[in-house]
Amino acid sequence: MSKFFENPVIKWVEYRLPIFSFIDESVGSGYPTPKNLNYWWNFGSLAGLVLVIMIATGIVLAMNYTAHVDYAFESVERIMRDVNYGWLVRYIHVNGGSMFFILVYIHMFRGLYYGSFKEPRELLWIIGVFILLAMMATAFMGYVLPWGQMSFWGATVITNLFSAIPLIGDSIVTWLWGGFSVDNPTLNRFYAFHYLLPFVIFALVFIHLWALHVHKSSNPLGIDIQGPQDTIPFHPYFTIKDLFGMGVFMLIFMYFVFFAPNFFGEPDNYIKANPLVTPPHIVPEWYFLPFYAILRAVPDIWFISAKLGGVIAMFGSILILLLLPWLDRSKVRSSQFRPINRQLFWVFFVDCLILGWVGANSPDAVFHGVPFLWIGRVTTAYYFAHILLIIPLVSILERTKPLPESISAAVTANAKSGAGE
Amino acid sequence: MSDSAITDDKSRRDFLIISTSVVGAVGTALAAWPLVDSMNPAADTLALSTTEVDLAPIKEGQSITVVWRGKPVFVRYRTAAEIKTANDAKLEDLPDPQADKDRVKKAQWLIMVGVCTHLGCIPLGQKANDPKGEFGGWFCPCHGSHYDTSGRIRKGPAPENLFVPEYKYLSDTKVQIG
Repeated sequence: MSKFFENPVIKWVEYRLPIFSFIDESVGSGYPTPKNLNYWWNFGSLAGLVLVIMIATGIVLAMNYTAHVDYAFESVERIMRDVNYGWLVRYIHVNGGSMFFILVYIHMFRGLYYGSFKEPRELLWIIGVFILLAMMATAFMGYVLPWGQMSFWGATVITNLFSAIPLIGDSIVTWLWGGFSVDNPTLNRFYAFHYLLPFVIFALVFIHLWALHVHKSSNPLGIDIQGPQDTIPFHPYFTIKDLFGMGVFMLIFMYFVFFAPNFFGEPDNYIKANPLVTPPHIVPEWYFLPFYAILRAVPDIWFISAKLGGVIAMFGSILILLLLPWLDRSKVRSSQFRPINRQLFWVFFVDCLILGWVGANSPDAVFHGVPFLWIGRVTTAYYFAHILLIIPLVSILERTKPLPESISAAVTANAKSGAGE
Repeated sequence: MSDSAITDDKSRRDFLIISTSVVGAVGTALAAWPLVDSMNPAADTLALSTTEVDLAPIKEGQSITVVWRGKPVFVRYRTAAEIKTANDAKLEDLPDPQADKDRVKKAQWLIMVGVCTHLGCIPLGQKANDPKGEFGGWFCPCHGSHYDTSGRIRKGPAPENLFVPEYKYLSDTKVQIG
């Protein structure tokens, strides 16, 4: 690297704009990385890769898409049938959305398990939650653009959530629609926002990385870097590891693109939107299912209607994640040294999966005699109890295991024992 | 300059900086209003706000759906039995208490916006073979709201009765909605 910086052209630029040293310190040999990162640390860079793929394919799709209620559905079908490689670009974009959420959810569960959100990385985590919110808005509006039945009715149901706001709710919904129902003005503005928000996400990712590089990556042991013996340069060690991870990920991604392109989709969305017929079973995209389950689980409580309560619970389920760094009071970051938290983490993980399963089913449906409504209520209650009660209590009461002296000491101890990890 | 002159000058500067900032902030907020308001319904959207319905071809026990402001409006020629069940419902049993006579202008014609007050799906019950819910009116398949023969919410997550739009009889068989 040093030879590179001696090049006169590089020197000339560096003196005026230190962009090469900036890159080197962000993702190059100048970024010291904990030497014990495992494969769960691949998911951030994978999500970054998918963001770039989504923007690239999205721009190409935009060149052939028409944001008008009379033409949107047909223009998407034209992309599928007539535009050169249109089917490929669209299937990459559609499945890329699902991949993005899988990667980000794994990335977040990684953060939960290893306590990556803890001091001094609270803001890093909070920016991450904002990235998730921006992704959700982008994905929701993108799903509306093909103007199929699920697009239309998904948009109707989600925009109607805002009518739960007391007094001004209805005016807000009319304002969101630009009319009295989801219609052409709505489609147009969703298209404008769907194009804008990925760049907002890009900016947030930039800030996320900025915050990351101040205190460096956390690591599976959850202890601080004490000196150069604990780190190795990001390049080439983690660039090569990230590239390997990307290879594996692309195999999975492309399996869906080429062999099961509609696996994550709903067949109803290949029926053109009809404002007068509601599909019998409206379901959101899979990545929203846990939140959809929470929305439907809340009953009337005192003076708060089920509708308002459901909306508060649904948005609250994401917003309470912002408080996590202060709810978890344990000084020990990694669950490797927190035996109780480690087990409860998996309970919480399964709870989220069950919520997703409940969200995919009709609230009236019954599973072996148990109504889904009640499964949804219990798992929703657990979701909030886990974050607001269990995490704080466990973090205070739990007796943690002793932490290793340093990253380097733990790694060399492993190597000496010869048993690998 | 004496000490008091310096303090006077300081408080004057504080006043100037605070008042300038406030005026600047208010001005910026006002400048944002046209952008916000441009997202409200445009004049041409507002202009399409009435719909006329011919009641003559509808037979007793039949329903039709017309479009008003992009939304479906249910027009139902109710049978005597349906009117009776609607009137027999006790107001204290209703989540959103409203007498049947306050929801219609002529008892046999029930006119209301066919949009579930929960999250905006279209309830089933317009066609003869549709599920009509436990109260013989309409049933929303999305989240399971049951409406009675007056379009009032009886069971499920919807908070309000189906909305009755403004309408007037132009003649015995013609109605203008909106």
